[in-house]
Amino acid sequence: MSADLFLTVFVAGVAAGTVFLFAAVGEIITERAGVLNLGLEGMMLVGAVTGFLVNHQFRQLWLGVLAAVVAGGALGLLHALLVVSFRTNQVVTGLTLVIFAGGLSGYAGESVVGVAPPATFEPVAIPLLSAIPVLGRVFFRQNPLVYLSYGLVVATWFWLFKTRPGLNLRSVGESPETADAVGISVTRTRYAAVVAGGGFAGLAGAYLSLAQSPSWVPNMTAGRGWIAIALVIFATWSPVRAVFGAYVFGCVEALGFRLQAVGVDIPSFFVSMLPYLFTIVVLVVISRDTARRRLAAPASLGNAYVREER
Amino acid sequence: MKSSLKLISLGVALMLAAACGTGSESAGEDSGSTGGGGSKDVVKAAWVYVGPRNDGGWTTAHDNGRLAVEKTLGDKVETAYVENVPEEPAAATRAIEGFARKGYDIIFTTSFGFMDPTLEVAKKYPDVVFEHCSGFKTADNMSAYFGAMEEAKFLAGMAAGAATKNGQLGVVNAFPIPEVIRLGNAFMLGAQAVNPDATMKVVFTNSWYDPPKEKSAAESLLDANSDVLTQDVDSPATGQVAGAAGAKWVGYNSDASEFAPDAWLTAPVWDWSDYYIERVEAVLDGSWESHNYYGTLADGIVGLAPYGKSVSQETQDMIDAKRQEIVNDEFDVFQGPVYDQSGRVMAKKGEALSLDQLLSMDWFVKGIEGKLPAS
Repeated sequence: MSADLFLTVFVAGVAAGTVFLFAAVGEIITERAGVLNLGLEGMMLVGAVTGFLVNHQFRQLWLGVLAAVVAGGALGLLHALLVVSFRTNQVVTGLTLVIFAGGLSGYAGESVVGVAPPATFEPVAIPLLSAIPVLGRVFFRQNPLVYLSYGLVVATWFWLFKTRPGLNLRSVGESPETADAVGISVTRTRYAAVVAGGGFAGLAGAYLSLAQSPSWVPNMTAGRGWIAIALVIFATWSPVRAVFGAYVFGCVEALGFRLQAVGVDIPSFFVSMLPYLFTIVVLVVISRDTARRRLAAPASLGNAYVREER
Repeated sequence: MKSSLKLISLGVALMLAAACGTGSESAGEDSGSTGGGGSKDVVKAAWVYVGPRNDGGWTTAHDNGRLAVEKTLGDKVETAYVENVPEEPAAATRAIEGFARKGYDIIFTTSFGFMDPTLEVAKKYPDVVFEHCSGFKTADNMSAYFGAMEEAKFLAGMAAGAATKNGQLGVVNAFPIPEVIRLGNAFMLGAQAVNPDATMKVVFTNSWYDPPKEKSAAESLLDANSDVLTQDVDSPATGQVAGAAGAKWVGYNSDASEFAPDAWLTAPVWDWSDYYIERVEAVLDGSWESHNYYGTLADGIVGLAPYGKSVSQETQDMIDAKRQEIVNDEFDVFQGPVYDQSGRVMAKKGEALSLDQLLSMDWFVKGIEGKLPAS
């Protein structure tokens, strides 16, 4: 495999990894507040179909992105209503949302299956930065949504770890009793975190249907939401580490096809299996490493909070 | 905490497994009654589809056939369909039997995986006739039908062979199964008929329909220097990639030129209209008989979509001439000499590959660069 072809693995890996990045960063915000959102896959589907429909109707890419974020956020609101206010089981509620959103998105998008979008996000080279050897080609000749992901990762990291509201959010995820005692509204914080996570998931969906492969197909996420959830654990709830994880997943996919294209003798089924195999390995490794988990996992993740109740 | 993390892991693992094989069933059928043999005043015809009828590919082609039946036979026919039926015996049987029980006279099932369920229902409902597409099992009241897509693939390959500048083609394939391999080989032979030195790289996505994956696969082919792409998968993602990179593209199943007008060369397509009209008419006048039908270019079951603007008149004339030879039975797509990748002679000069060889094809022809699993 030539050096140039090898470089394209990373170019394609960043483009393919961005969808995981958006979804994982949103999930990190949600889980840092102590709420588990397994509905990611469904929220991404709804975001994808909403973004596509709006773009199809109004020929406005960014309006499509905005609509996808709102749609994902709306599903997040539903999740928050159920798990925060009604204190339903977070795992079951998340799984239910996936099934609900999968059906909803299929129904909503029926008329645009296989329709060409009027506009799509195309790669734009950033002046100066794109001229840097290797790095410029990998990171600065991508589409605008990829650039948006860079900004959102930094902003999320800064907000979570360097600001007072970020600290409040993390404390709600670690010890809601304490947070409540010092006057932080657990309910309001968790609502906001889940809605934000849903918005990010919607953005991930819009990335799929407007930039990565501009089209709408039922179930087009094809398990990417689940990989993103595994990625959150892999990244030990840090947006910065999520970047590496997301690009590793993207590169694994890109590498597999390139090996096939140059005729390396690897069974194609093995290549198709790689991201999922990787997910399982990550989950196994992380589950074993108890010390590391204690360090990083939000302590009250998955538990509903009721004041004065133990 | 510990147990909830385990629960997450379990949930993720479960859903990963589920995501690999889901399909939603949504029925869009009418209700009704009556049944029985002999000639009829009104025929009730039903279609069972594996995908959504607006998938822009395989299922759209069948649904266009259904619409042609409605248009041609008018009030002598009532049609219905059910889409997104999974290729899973229980679900398929339920969909097929649903129509049989409601008194439909003829039921078309349009995916390979529906073969055994169709046969099973056919045995239970001897007064209803069944038509199964792309399989090989038949019964007194069940036909098999399919078409020689390899003929259209060969012609499309000629367009690709004429368009390539560096002689390197690339194909995004679904699964390494005989049908896909046969069609890829036909395409390669067509390209070589125009450009004897043409080669083709192959990437398998292991899915009929996964646009993000198809996009990645198509990009990897361009990165490996292919300048004309084609596909055996269903979405137009390959064409979008080719269009964005200034490469050329041969689609599959339908005219998807709107996705990448500049890249578009043509596409091998299905047209089931005449066959469906004929079979429904046969039920109308009571002449329906079971058969194993393999339609050809001559029958119009397969053909080419309209050419893109970059296909020269000269190329079009050359393809038309070859089409005529195939229609007149003067040329066989797999006419010898045919070599495999290692240069072994698979069909001698003056001979052609046998039907058995075609149906069990597990080798690539010379010029295709790529490996098949376990070959």
